[in-house]
Amino acid sequence: MHDARSNIRRPLGIRLWLSSAWLALLAIIATLAPWITPHDPLTQDLFLGRLPPFWMSGAEPGYWLGTDSLGRDVLSRLMHGSRIAITVALVAGTLTCIVGATLGLMAGFYRGWADLIISRLVDIWMAFPPVLFAILLIAVLETGLFSIIIAIIVIDWTRFARVIRAEAMTQGAMDYVASAQVAGRTKFGILHAEILPNVLPTIIALLTLEMGIAVIVETILSFVNLSISTDSPTWGGMIAEGRTSIHQAWWVLVFPLFTLFLTVLSFSQLGEGLKDRFDPVLR
Amino acid sequence: MTSYLSIQNLTIQLITGPLILRSISLEVAVGQVHGLVGESGAGKSMIGKAVLGTLPRALRITAGKIILDGVDLLTLSAKERRRIIGATAALIPQDPLTALNPSKRIGPQITKRLVDILGWARRDAISRTRALLDEVHIADADRVMRSYPHELSGGMRQRILIASAFAAEPKLIIADEPTTALDVTVQKQILKLMAEMQRSHGTTLLFVTHDLGVVSKVCDTLSVLYAGKVIEEARMRRFFMRPTHAYSRALLAATPTHTNPEATLTPVSNDIIKAVEQEVIEHDLRHSQ
Repeated sequence: MHDARSNIRRPLGIRLWLSSAWLALLAIIATLAPWITPHDPLTQDLFLGRLPPFWMSGAEPGYWLGTDSLGRDVLSRLMHGSRIAITVALVAGTLTCIVGATLGLMAGFYRGWADLIISRLVDIWMAFPPVLFAILLIAVLETGLFSIIIAIIVIDWTRFARVIRAEAMTQGAMDYVASAQVAGRTKFGILHAEILPNVLPTIIALLTLEMGIAVIVETILSFVNLSISTDSPTWGGMIAEGRTSIHQAWWVLVFPLFTLFLTVLSFSQLGEGLKDRFDPVLR
Repeated sequence: MTSYLSIQNLTIQLITGPLILRSISLEVAVGQVHGLVGESGAGKSMIGKAVLGTLPRALRITAGKIILDGVDLLTLSAKERRRIIGATAALIPQDPLTALNPSKRIGPQITKRLVDILGWARRDAISRTRALLDEVHIADADRVMRSYPHELSGGMRQRILIASAFAAEPKLIIADEPTTALDVTVQKQILKLMAEMQRSHGTTLLFVTHDLGVVSKVCDTLSVLYAGKVIEEARMRRFFMRPTHAYSRALLAATPTHTNPEATLTPVSNDIIKAVEQEVIEHDLRHSQ
């Protein structure tokens, strides 16, 4: 069948494949980083400071993306930095999704006092500036991977709760829910068998979006030096260091920024692509 | 003739106070089709929802009885009631576009309820579903069972909803404006189909509609509602020959007929509306005393 829709669908497929390819590559690099990096990310060599990337004159072979002002290999540091980024994206993203979506479903489907409490909490949360909130939380919790994950959950669960609540309310008002109720399904049975499958595409899209946001939050926190201990490389830390020498060695800033950009973009595109692929109405 | 569904002095209120149904009573005998007619907001859908236990949460039943096959539903626990309703009643909803779960294929959607709730064997449920789709004149039952709702037309979906309502062989079906969302030619087919299914299964049917023309085709008895009050309850023939209430007469005068298509239609006059509203006010005064 050839209609207008099939013309639109093709690029959607490419979008899905490109984004998942980049994320898969990143995940592999993150897992294998200690064994495959060309140099130790922490070894300083002041004689090799501020080497440019491989295509510029003055580049040293073996230092593909150049070195920073302390002579540390940018590529190796990027690869090591992806470990934190990917861990935070997967763990914090998933946990935030579980917490937020559960609360959103409860509020939107059961309504009543659960809705009252959850909605008021969301209102209160929306009044906080998220980044400052995160910094405050980390200051209280002490730095570390665990704290970053907790901070992301605490800040961002409302993103899920708000959207999923609205979606659950919309689905709950549909006639098919009434028929299920008449047929004798319990409240939980309806939630599980009727509502959840229809909310799932939205949850998946939000989940991947949240993974991207988690990467950004982690980068911001490490940019202000509130992430994990300073001796493991992070993208945010690299950006912070690169900023001070941008006129002498732009690559120290630009490569982590570009990696960050690609990663966050990939997460959001992955979500859109999956939604298009698995939403039966759009398919 | 004993009644299968008997509603006695049913009163429904918004939790904030206003009356939605005002001491409604009606009787439906086994295997009969009872029409509930009224304007938008007359409360006709709420009667069906009260019977099925799907009233919106802002409404409360504050008085009356709903007796289904000798059992007063309102005295039962929620769980007990859900079990009885699930086993004996079904709903044909108004809008075929939202009445099927968009994320599930048609087949599993019908069979899963039989399996999960009524404990049928999967194979029986599937063959039952296929037989029912044949019965509602769906030519290609196997393909339809594999389809998602959005792949089917409105008329097709309404047929599936009818099949689905009859799936567990319920004794009572409540049809809430089942043809309103369809265009007129499809409406006629669906009405014919419903009448046919109702007769062959011997189901009692409560038919909610605002269309007197539809009522005249399928119903045996009817209640006319205005502002949550039954204005007139009558057998079909009697109602169309000699309506007793002025509002009913006015409604009939405002309905086109094909025996006399040239006749001028008179809108329901303000005086009649005022008179009916006066009755409602008097009822409320008695009620509050």
